[in-house]
Amino acid sequence: MTVFFGVFLLTLLLIVAIAIVRADNLFVAVMLGGIFSLLMATIFFLLDAPDVALTEAAVGAGISTVLYLAALALTAEREKRHTVHQIKALVVVTTTALLVIFATFDNVQFGDPTAPVHVHVGPWYLENTQRYMDIPNVVTAILGSFRGYDTLGELFVVFTAGIGVLFLLGTRPKKDTEAAETLIPQQSETSEGLRNYLIPRLTGRLLVPIILLFGLYVQFHGEYSPGGGFQAGAIIAAGIILYALLEGETAALRVVPQWMLMALMAGGALLYGMVGVVGMLLGGQFLDYSVLADNPVTGQQLGILLIELGVGMTVSGVLLSIFHAFAARDKY
Amino acid sequence: MSLLLDVLSWGLLSLGGVFVFIGGLGAVRMPDLYTRMHAASLTDTIGSILIIVGVMLQAGASLATLKLIMILIFLLLTSPTATNALASAALISGNLPKVATQYGKDPSQ
Repeated sequence: MTVFFGVFLLTLLLIVAIAIVRADNLFVAVMLGGIFSLLMATIFFLLDAPDVALTEAAVGAGISTVLYLAALALTAEREKRHTVHQIKALVVVTTTALLVIFATFDNVQFGDPTAPVHVHVGPWYLENTQRYMDIPNVVTAILGSFRGYDTLGELFVVFTAGIGVLFLLGTRPKKDTEAAETLIPQQSETSEGLRNYLIPRLTGRLLVPIILLFGLYVQFHGEYSPGGGFQAGAIIAAGIILYALLEGETAALRVVPQWMLMALMAGGALLYGMVGVVGMLLGGQFLDYSVLADNPVTGQQLGILLIELGVGMTVSGVLLSIFHAFAARDKY
Repeated sequence: MSLLLDVLSWGLLSLGGVFVFIGGLGAVRMPDLYTRMHAASLTDTIGSILIIVGVMLQAGASLATLKLIMILIFLLLTSPTATNALASAALISGNLPKVATQYGKDPSQ
């Protein structure tokens, strides 16, 4: 049955992918991109990876669709036709596709019990998570503690991406500032967002607190159920972006001001690193949480909770900063 | 009793499937945006109600049923809102409904 659903969803995925390539209206392509992400999230869920599915649904279908739309508002709606490099592009794409397809022959069979992932370190994690950490969600244990270095790296990648976008988009172009302010009449705050549309605004306002609450649940329940910092950060950012879409960007910036976004971005990465350093100061290794409390198991749980908090802070800070950087562009 | 529940639940699921199919068919076949949205809104409301109630009968009195009720409330709040937002956005961007223009009347007059 899983195979049947998998083949069905993958076929839909292929159809959507072809439709995205063929769409020359970029608005349509963005909407199809959201559908693509939603299908991908369903496939992840089908493959028993609800953690990844949560992230894909929140980031892929939610936030990146909004970011693409914000970018589209700054450019044209229709794609420009290029005819110059099509042959070269076709050769490159075909070669890459053939190489990737050739590589899949070396892939293990789906569900093969003798695959390296099932015989290498996987069983050790499954057997020893209970002993070292006493938490039911092994994914969180691996992500937070056993492979804490990798997660620290991922967090720094997110952090760096956020800094990069802010360098490119976050500053106001200097020489045009005065001219823009005199030429373009400043949009009054009461007409921002969907303030004049009662029904979407009312329903949205009803949903925002529930989304934020769910984000906090995913954040702090990550040791027991699917979820954790990455998912929670994305969900909370999505909730605040929804608020910004309804009430206007100025109102959203009043709720979570720019300095707080910066503090979240840097503070989360700092918190993660500090947990490692404190472990070293207390006589353990970098990112060894066992020394954080008298009982090594409690120490591990405390460490995982703290680093997940750091991840959540940075992810939500980066996503919101990127959104505001895009949204602020069309004012000048 | 369980047989009765099964029959009832499968009946609801099939009926919901029929409505979703009709909605999909309408979304492809209807002439303009507003009638297409009218057809598609069928899948959001009656289709999802029937299917979720059908699944609820399968789940029985459990936590799953509670979650399904929450999902149903969420869908019933958001789907009509999305339909409303889409229709008003289309109207604002100048997409007028097709009305009886074949009799030589301009709908804007």
